[in-house]
Amino acid sequence: MAKTNRDVLIDPLFNNNPIALQVLGICSALAVTTKMETSLVMSAALIGVLTFSNLFVSLLRSGIPSNIRIIVQLTIIASLVIVADQILKAFVYDISKQLSVFVGLIITNCIVMGRAEAFAMQNGPMKSVLDGIGNGLGYSLILMGTALLRELFGSGTLFGKTMFPLVADGGWYLPNGLMLYSPAAFFIIGLFIWALRTWKTDQVEEE
Amino acid sequence: MPRSAWYTLGFAAAICLVCSVLVTSAAVSLEERQEVNKTLDKQKNVLEAAGLKQPGENLEPAEVQKRFEAFEAVVVDLTTGQEDASVSPDDVDQRKMTNDPAQSVAAERNPALVQRVSNKAVVYKLRGEGGGLKMLILPIEGKGLWSTLYGFVALNSDLETVEGITFYQHGETPGLGGEVDNPKWKALWPGRRIFGADGDVAIEVIKGAAGPATEDPYRVDGLSGATITSRGVTHLLRFWLDEERFGRYLESLTPNRRAA
Repeated sequence: MAKTNRDVLIDPLFNNNPIALQVLGICSALAVTTKMETSLVMSAALIGVLTFSNLFVSLLRSGIPSNIRIIVQLTIIASLVIVADQILKAFVYDISKQLSVFVGLIITNCIVMGRAEAFAMQNGPMKSVLDGIGNGLGYSLILMGTALLRELFGSGTLFGKTMFPLVADGGWYLPNGLMLYSPAAFFIIGLFIWALRTWKTDQVEEE
Repeated sequence: MPRSAWYTLGFAAAICLVCSVLVTSAAVSLEERQEVNKTLDKQKNVLEAAGLKQPGENLEPAEVQKRFEAFEAVVVDLTTGQEDASVSPDDVDQRKMTNDPAQSVAAERNPALVQRVSNKAVVYKLRGEGGGLKMLILPIEGKGLWSTLYGFVALNSDLETVEGITFYQHGETPGLGGEVDNPKWKALWPGRRIFGADGDVAIEVIKGAAGPATEDPYRVDGLSGATITSRGVTHLLRFWLDEERFGRYLESLTPNRRAA
């Protein structure tokens, strides 16, 4: 059953979210979500890489010899990631420093390879681009949601702007240090998955 | 449809060629911007080590340059421990020199795992009101757990007390060793003493918590979960402030230090 373009774009947001349903890309979701700013840049980088890798893989799909297809996909993804990293270093140097290795690790982000192999190898460029944007947005949605909670409760700020004045600065909010550690992201993503499956009960796995 | 081996080889070669051209052109065309960013970042770090910029403070590039003007860059010849006025600080790229056997010497085995020491280094002097030396900022580097840490340490006018420390480049684990960037940890440094009673470098990053600078001047809190990075910071400070490196230079600036 062929999906419409609209479904290809919208489905990964809630119905088939790469983090919440497919549980891919967790590593970077834990690492970069202590701040909204880094999450936003990371999301943008991933959307860019995913969209272009889907586009190129889809364009080349009939020419790629099947016995070396994985390595070809990886070569394309790795090149795009290096380019993305270079662009970040040139235009948002401070944030790229905070993201450190995690931009480079987009190469190993299963969402990118997963979409190249599962979608772009079988579908045309237009649909593949939409699929890339959709899955990128699905990833970003969870990332930004997690970062929102972690930054707000962990540092009392959003995008670096003070929301809750901290006790240390004479305010009333005592920050929750746990939020700044990786396990907090596990809990928050877990809660997101719970909420999503309560809403979309068909995502619940059978016992 | 099975493809011939030649097709597969040709395809792989073509992909590699196209991708390498893409990567190279991105790297080359963005290099200039990246260099500007790196210089600015270095200046910001000198300012931060000197306490002239609060950690997390956002400064316009023009403001960074303005504040940086208060500093005088000086070339130090590490082989003699003397200042070298014959070379412009702009021409000294310590990182490049370190990799050039003609302009560096192999370091003896050391716990900071520094392989080579460049013949020259650029230090930054901040002058006080009367023209006397108010602060001296020295470049430092050494191995942490995964990566080489590059940074600056700022010394007070007595050349024994730390004014600040900062690392501008490293690849340590975010959240563990990466906490060398944490402003709270860096805030523990000002007021610590470098040299012990015998004149040797005594400062140490310990495992656990140290007392306040006034009572426990030679020790600094370790970073939790990052024993090796913490040790690395100790080793690299000891290496660079040692007699063989900047120690001699510091002595030449304060002839009475050892006697005192």
